[in-house]
Amino acid sequence: MTRAQRRQVEGWALMLPVLSVMAVVTLYPLLRTIWLSFTDAELPVGEAVPQWVGLDNYAYVLTDSDFLDALLRTLHFTLVSVAAELLLGVLVGLLLNQPFKGRALVRSIVILPWALPTIVNGMLWRLSFNPDYGAVNAALTQLHIMDQYRSWLGDPTIVMDLVILADVWKNYAIVALVVLAALQTIPADLYEAMRIDGAGAWSRFWNLTVPGILGPLTVVMVLRLIDCFRVFDIIYVMTRGGPADATKTLSFFVYQESFAFLRAGSGASYAVIVALMSAILIAIYIFLLKRQETLS
Amino acid sequence: MSRRAKLIQAIWIYAAVTVLLVVTLAPLYWLFIMSVTAAPDLTTRPLHWIPPHWDFSRYVRLLSNATADVDNSVSAEFLATLRNSIIAAGGATLVAMVTAIPGAYAVSRYPGRMPILYGMIGTYMMPPVTYVLPLYIAFAVMGFLNNVGSLVVVYCTMLLPFTTWLLKSNFDAVPREIEEAARIDGAGTLAIIWNIVLPLAKPALGAAALLAFLSAWDEFFYALIFTSDNRAKTLPVAIADFAAGRITDYGLVSAVGVLAALPPTIFAVLFQRSLVSGLSAGSVKG
Repeated sequence: MTRAQRRQVEGWALMLPVLSVMAVVTLYPLLRTIWLSFTDAELPVGEAVPQWVGLDNYAYVLTDSDFLDALLRTLHFTLVSVAAELLLGVLVGLLLNQPFKGRALVRSIVILPWALPTIVNGMLWRLSFNPDYGAVNAALTQLHIMDQYRSWLGDPTIVMDLVILADVWKNYAIVALVVLAALQTIPADLYEAMRIDGAGAWSRFWNLTVPGILGPLTVVMVLRLIDCFRVFDIIYVMTRGGPADATKTLSFFVYQESFAFLRAGSGASYAVIVALMSAILIAIYIFLLKRQETLS
Repeated sequence: MSRRAKLIQAIWIYAAVTVLLVVTLAPLYWLFIMSVTAAPDLTTRPLHWIPPHWDFSRYVRLLSNATADVDNSVSAEFLATLRNSIIAAGGATLVAMVTAIPGAYAVSRYPGRMPILYGMIGTYMMPPVTYVLPLYIAFAVMGFLNNVGSLVVVYCTMLLPFTTWLLKSNFDAVPREIEEAARIDGAGTLAIIWNIVLPLAKPALGAAALLAFLSAWDEFFYALIFTSDNRAKTLPVAIADFAAGRITDYGLVSAVGVLAALPPTIFAVLFQRSLVSGLSAGSVKG
């Protein structure tokens, strides 16, 4: 073997552990899910041999209006959450970049909700929105904003936005931290130079701050879109998809099809379609990563 | 800026900081207060924002398995699921680090490996519903459902890609000249990784392991589907059960929540800097 060949072999040998684990836990399940989606498999598997049904599952899935509703709910959750997180994240990031007393402490406090486990966060808001004893009802009536207790998570017209509220409260902090890190890379003397040239606060914001944070903000936005699109945990804890399916998002829908109705075949075809939709966002994310890698 | 304008700006800043602190801390405060308010005081109207009777007994009850009261099963479940969470998250972190270190080094030092890393990141970001069915079927066939070991294996889907990536970008920053010198002295690649690269990348190793542990600690979906009782159930699954009405005392649910939230919140505050740099590694360079 030449030296170059030996080096190649060594490079692959070093990657062997990580690649073999990934092959077992992601590549195999991915291919198997695709195969299942063309069969009539049911859980528990083993009682009947799954039969090949071709595109039958897909024909059923793509005309299923419940699935379309779940997609629309997922888009509602994703778009509203991410928009709110970006807005709050930018505002809080800008605020944390201003000089004020106790800034280091405030920065530590801001990441506390983000550090809270998702399930604990969902549980906290579920208890707070409780119709009989919840803190939200108590606070709003004691402040005379409402005159009587109401059922928050029981109202299909607002329940999704309440789940969004709980999710944004926890997750906007990561956007704020990314914005803050980006702001700290903009040299302060550039602001000073623009000020001397007579540029106003707005002009400095649009011509210096916005270009400085736009790149990192785009990356974190795509990350948040990917994460919100697969939302499951917080919905499971707060509402279990209810009331009247008002919070039944795609992941919850696929979960039910496979593990409550035990239809593995059609469950897999729903999963494949959800995966394809996620793949669009993921491709954008990897494109952004690649561009950054070549820039640096 | 005039003095007046500066004062007005300062007022706005402090007002905004106050709002930020109230919105951030009020729910956390309430979670803690629920856990130390006596059960009858949690169901009164108007609700008390400061407990009339402080009650720390729930923490004692949860942490001491010995007390043979009615809620003993809750304590047993809490302690068992806490143990399972620690084993699952710790084991998965260990596997992820041991396999990701050589892998990340290979991506960093041998050309042409980046597409594989991008592929791994792509699979990591897929919704778990993509992988869960075949994994469930395989574990069922092999009799590995309701087993902490299975969780360790499955959590690798989440931990391996991002630890590999995080370590790779840190290994990139380790100067190659030292390695070349060691190689001329006859050191093998594994010895170079162990003796030169790892000591230089120590802070990154800590950050990667910490982030890996926390995301496994937070994991819910796979644990919900693959586990069914105290032998393997993790803390998040137990909390979801408790919150859904299995425990009627909100204070007790809250106490479990506080205990589950303690490790990640303490880590986040202590290691804020490395966590933020780790999380934003992809979004902010330098």
